Amino acid sequence: MASRRRKPAGKAQISLVVNGEPTEVAFSPHKTLLEVLREDLGLTGTKHGCELGECGTCTVLLDGQPVLSCLALALACDGKRVETVEGMARGAVLHPLQETFADLGAAQCGYCTPGFLLVAKALLEENPSPTRDQIKQALAGNLCRCTGYLKIYEAVELAAARMQGEEAEAKEETLYGRR
Amino acid sequence: MLPKFSYVRATSLDEAVRLLSSDDGARVCAGGSDLLGCLRDQVFECSRVVSLTGIDGLRGIARTRDGGVRIGALTTIADVAADPTINQSYPGLAQAAGELASPQLRNQGTIGGNICQKPRCWYYRGDFDCLRKGGTTCHAVAGESEFHCILGGAGCFVVHPSDTAPALVALQATVRIAGRRGTRSVPMEEFYVLPNQDVRRETVLEPHEIVTEIVLPRPAAGMRSSYHKVRARGAWDFALAGVALALQFSGNRVTAGRVVLSGAAPTPWRSREAEEAIIGKQLDAATAAAAGRAAMEDAVPLRRNGYKIPLFQGVIEEALLAIGRA
Repeated sequence: MASRRRKPAGKAQISLVVNGEPTEVAFSPHKTLLEVLREDLGLTGTKHGCELGECGTCTVLLDGQPVLSCLALALACDGKRVETVEGMARGAVLHPLQETFADLGAAQCGYCTPGFLLVAKALLEENPSPTRDQIKQALAGNLCRCTGYLKIYEAVELAAARMQGEEAEAKEETLYGRR
Repeated sequence: MLPKFSYVRATSLDEAVRLLSSDDGARVCAGGSDLLGCLRDQVFECSRVVSLTGIDGLRGIARTRDGGVRIGALTTIADVAADPTINQSYPGLAQAAGELASPQLRNQGTIGGNICQKPRCWYYRGDFDCLRKGGTTCHAVAGESEFHCILGGAGCFVVHPSDTAPALVALQATVRIAGRRGTRSVPMEEFYVLPNQDVRRETVLEPHEIVTEIVLPRPAAGMRSSYHKVRARGAWDFALAGVALALQFSGNRVTAGRVVLSGAAPTPWRSREAEEAIIGKQLDAATAAAAGRAAMEDAVPLRRNGYKIPLFQGVIEEALLAIGRA
């Protein structure tokens, strides 16, 4: 009896745990993790940017570590845990980083945002109260052409404070500019 | 989109070597960050990707019996940068690894892949039939040459893109290589090939050969090492000009050591002129400046990269003064 999960001819098949859910996916062997996430798993939150390793917008977490999904072959990810921006919210409850990015205007056009969110999430899991310099270093591989980065740094700092249980609010100056 | 290829994850070195030997279109893949870029840019053909990630024993950092360190070729750059032994005994390598590329690429890229990178020259990566790809000319000579070499160029004027390679040459590391005829060891200093030797290759590796590990000798008494790099962007970038130092000191005096430049030449470039200028001396301002000038004595810039000469003089001087104070 044929298995229901028999892979189609000419395709490769791997197992991934995507945003906590065990998943099997079949695809052409020359596809990148980015392409498999977007095209075969329908997870289009991960963005397709430069394809050169320069912009960081395709960042996902692979076994908890930020990597560029455009420079990873999907076949090389067999058996690994993948986390994309779709996995950050819990139901209707946003991740604190998503909330602070939205509140502080740390996302404008939004194309770079999924990458920044995931890198920031990995940072805060490793280092719950990073300094501004540590944040800058962790986010160095991600380009944003809208915000000038300042609001992104502030959003990470605010999320870090809230995740530590502080009742932190955005600075007036961040929200409304200097008066 | 990547071109179509088949993919094999080898489970032993023998299998990987056999796969590479039996297929002219086979390419070896570790982290993939350089290979995938080359395939996307169609720098070379590839019908089969041979992944090394399923082979046991190619990962990790361990002390050798004689007090040195071995680094498995598949060890990530992030792991090299964070390793306590590397930081303590070979800080120049830890600094080079920590300053290389972006955090994501350091998580993906491997030390073996880093030393085997293809050049980043935009003509080589781009749609140009250049000398290194079998064409007849180097387009940088009459073209955009701001990131090209000032030393060691001959016909082709790429720079070697690795930051760890100059540190490894300075630290007198050895590369272990597996191939069809068994294994061999090559000193890092002899691992690279200049364009006047063979413009079509960057290293001595045969197509069927695989770097398996890098071995660092036990640091000599009084050894200090460092890596300094100037780049166009603050966040991250390849080196415009960099210098790896591994110097032995007796008191304040340099007794032996190596000065190796990145961003200068088609290979990591050992500057014997700079070494001669500092050996036997204390690293005061005059000596450091003289070494910077000596390193650039033979430099021949192209049309757009003359700025590299004062840049190298400055970074060499700074690096020598800093290591002298360390």
